[in-house]
Amino acid sequence: MTNQTAVLDETMEETESPPASRAILSGAFEARSPDLPAWFREQQHAGWKKFEALPYPNRKDQPWRFSSVNALNFSSYNFGAPLSQAERDEILERSTGLDEVAGRLIFADDQLLRRDPLSQKLLAAGVILKPLERAILEHDDLFRRHFMAQPATLGSAKFAALHEAFVASGTFVYVPKGVEVELPIEIFHWLHGENASVFPHTLLIADELAKVTVIEHFRSAHSDRAGFACGVNDLVVGKGAKLNYVCTQNWNEKALAIQINSTSVERDASALSLNVNLGGAYSRFESLSRLTGEGARSDMLAVCVADNAQEFDARTLQDHASPHTTSDLLYKNALNDRARNTFGGLIRVEPHAHFTDAYQTVRNLLLSDDAEANSMPGLEILADNVKCSHGATSGQLGEDEMFYLLSRGIPAAVAKQLLVSGFLNEAVDRLDHQAITALVHDLIEQKFARR
Amino acid sequence: MAKEASPLEIERNIGNFAYPETHTHDAGVGLTEKTIHFISDIKEDPDWVREFRLNAYKTFMSKPMPTHWASKDLEAIVFDNIRYYLSGGVQAKRNWEDVPDDVKRTFERLGIPEQERKFLAGVEAQFDSEAVYSNIKKAVGEQGVIFVGSREGLKDHPEIFRKWFGKVIPTGDNKFSALNSAVFSGGSFIYVPPGVKVKHPLQAYFRINAENFGQFERTLIICDEGSELTYMEGCTAPKFNTATLHSAVVELVALKGAKIQYITVQNWSSNVFNLVTKRGLAHEDAEVKWIDCNIGSRLTMKYPGVIMKGRRARGEVLSIALAGDGQHQDTGAKMVHAADETTSNIISKSISIGEGRATYRGLVQIPKHLKNCKNNTECDALLINSTSRTDTYPAITVRGTGNSVQHEASVSQVSAEQIFYMQQRGLTEAQAMSLSVNGFVNDLVRQFPMEYSVELKRLIELEMEGSVG
Repeated sequence: MTNQTAVLDETMEETESPPASRAILSGAFEARSPDLPAWFREQQHAGWKKFEALPYPNRKDQPWRFSSVNALNFSSYNFGAPLSQAERDEILERSTGLDEVAGRLIFADDQLLRRDPLSQKLLAAGVILKPLERAILEHDDLFRRHFMAQPATLGSAKFAALHEAFVASGTFVYVPKGVEVELPIEIFHWLHGENASVFPHTLLIADELAKVTVIEHFRSAHSDRAGFACGVNDLVVGKGAKLNYVCTQNWNEKALAIQINSTSVERDASALSLNVNLGGAYSRFESLSRLTGEGARSDMLAVCVADNAQEFDARTLQDHASPHTTSDLLYKNALNDRARNTFGGLIRVEPHAHFTDAYQTVRNLLLSDDAEANSMPGLEILADNVKCSHGATSGQLGEDEMFYLLSRGIPAAVAKQLLVSGFLNEAVDRLDHQAITALVHDLIEQKFARR
Repeated sequence: MAKEASPLEIERNIGNFAYPETHTHDAGVGLTEKTIHFISDIKEDPDWVREFRLNAYKTFMSKPMPTHWASKDLEAIVFDNIRYYLSGGVQAKRNWEDVPDDVKRTFERLGIPEQERKFLAGVEAQFDSEAVYSNIKKAVGEQGVIFVGSREGLKDHPEIFRKWFGKVIPTGDNKFSALNSAVFSGGSFIYVPPGVKVKHPLQAYFRINAENFGQFERTLIICDEGSELTYMEGCTAPKFNTATLHSAVVELVALKGAKIQYITVQNWSSNVFNLVTKRGLAHEDAEVKWIDCNIGSRLTMKYPGVIMKGRRARGEVLSIALAGDGQHQDTGAKMVHAADETTSNIISKSISIGEGRATYRGLVQIPKHLKNCKNNTECDALLINSTSRTDTYPAITVRGTGNSVQHEASVSQVSAEQIFYMQQRGLTEAQAMSLSVNGFVNDLVRQFPMEYSVELKRLIELEMEGSVG
């Protein structure tokens, strides 16, 4: 860890923590964020009403096909209790990620534990990195314009509404016109208490020609405590701006996780996202990338290593709303034991979005007889002059490759691991950032080591 | 960019004529239990069939329209406005001479008797609810091949019919298979004895003549061990302003080592809802191949399937869809692997012209503990105009380490360079376009029997004319 002694650049208001062990389904959202303005309160109320009104998903609904919807039972989860100093210290100690960052925020059970501020230079350039609740008060124009502006259309509207009702903390990032933030901004969200729930939110706005990299880590403090995470991210990439977004999802294997990300990419801008899915008992990740201006580009990458009875469910939409836009998706899944994976993706080329290039590839590597891969790569093309393709394959490790490694004296288990790493690297290495790819490789190795 | 213009309708009009109705049996408008008793009475159904129909009716009523995933256009079907049974008698004639004049003239205009003489081993012609003509060449009949209507099949060969009827496609498979099970009439029953290889294709021709009508033929084909059969079906209807419904159920059973090839050229008029359930059951070493060509109809929803039940069984679907203005071709394939070493192949090519929409919907299932199963799926879509639309919605489930699956889809348009090159060589733009589109489907069309492939090429040429500028 760096910056152990950093002083906060602004005084931080101590927000009151919610009452311990209060069930989330009791709808206790006021207590979560007592000092927020009335308009935000109203929004929370509306969110709760919407959550209550919308039906639970059904497997017969196309967006939930193949998904174990029975896992979506929230009755046992509560708002985590305030952490003791010792607990805080321990989590801070374990919040190891990148060595060099532009700024860092660490949360546990939705409580901000620490904040490593930006350099004076970046602050002077107008870059903002703040807890979400501060941005609600201090940048309400930006916040209100972009906060959950894109409705959740990939199936989780109900859970997006739940998030809206309960969001109490998170990260606000604003990079002004033409400013490049060289080092990544790092965010940690920890699940800590028994049956605790978190509602992480990252709202990022990269203004014209800005450049920024953000990495989020989702982790559990205890391997044996159940927990629930329901996160939403709004990533806005302005004209000509460039965003790299990385999420390492490493909740423990008892966690239930839903993550809803929407990215909008404006003219000549580019966004690259890499989702590393390792943890959770049931984990659903919805990613929407909307290309709204000519020349916009979106690269959507994900890797998944699943074992035991883990279930991963990824739903994606590459929404081409403007001509001359490009998107390229590559999802790679390595599935062991009784693990299940579902991929449901759609390339949608809206009318008049001519000259679109859109690609979508999902590759499943089945490593055991009980592993299951479901793929639903979809296309909806309403324009012509497009180049679109998708491919989905499911297969196993090549016998020749295994034989070669074994014949070189490499033990079977190691050989298998090497081949799986090689399989996943194709996606990981497309992120052109050495420190982050090294970190992702480490996390994948650690997951292998747990076996 | 291509300019907007609607494709010519020339070839679609070949079936666009109707004679006045002279039906003696008419179940009236709307569907109630009474309708079902009416049909059962006329057909002198055995009790178990009547029971089967009534149960199916209940299933049909209880199932919702599948509009949560399928086109909302289905809501345009008003079941109460449809006539469910119309016929001039239940017994098909063996001689064209015995067929009533106006019906005979219909099929002569469509060229059916001529084709029978030329290259078919047997023909069945269905006019509205019942087959009016059914004949099989003597030599083929002598081999023990049975080729009759579904009513005769269940009456004269109950021991084979009942064993497989409704077994490949259960009544409750979907709303429209339930509807068919309730009011089915017509269609073919074919049995090919062990080892018999029927050299020439058998053909069925389905004709809708009446307005506000629903045709619900039911076809059951059983190929016994080591036998082979090619079956072709064609369909046309006059164009009415009201919606016509065609909802067939086709069940194929290929016993050990048998091969069935089922070819459909669907050219319904553009007011027909064509909602068809087709599935084959392939036993050990058997092969079921669907060649499915959809050119007509307002909305077609059809996903021929193969259940590969025995080792080394093989399933194949080759699909061509052409969607013009006002048309939605929602087609695809289902491949269910249920034994080791089974292989399946899906090749789908669609062309969307004008405001046409082509959809591929597919399902591939390889459940656990199977070994060496393979599936290959390729879907290619061609978009001609900027208002054309294409969708692809596959769903693939694979478990275990012993199998491999690959799915690929692409969407493209006719390249400007190609058109330019051909125009350089003196072709008009329309000729160039048609050549290019024919090239796109050529490798599939080649797999059709000669007579069909020539016809199909000509059809595509005509469709393409005027669709470019």
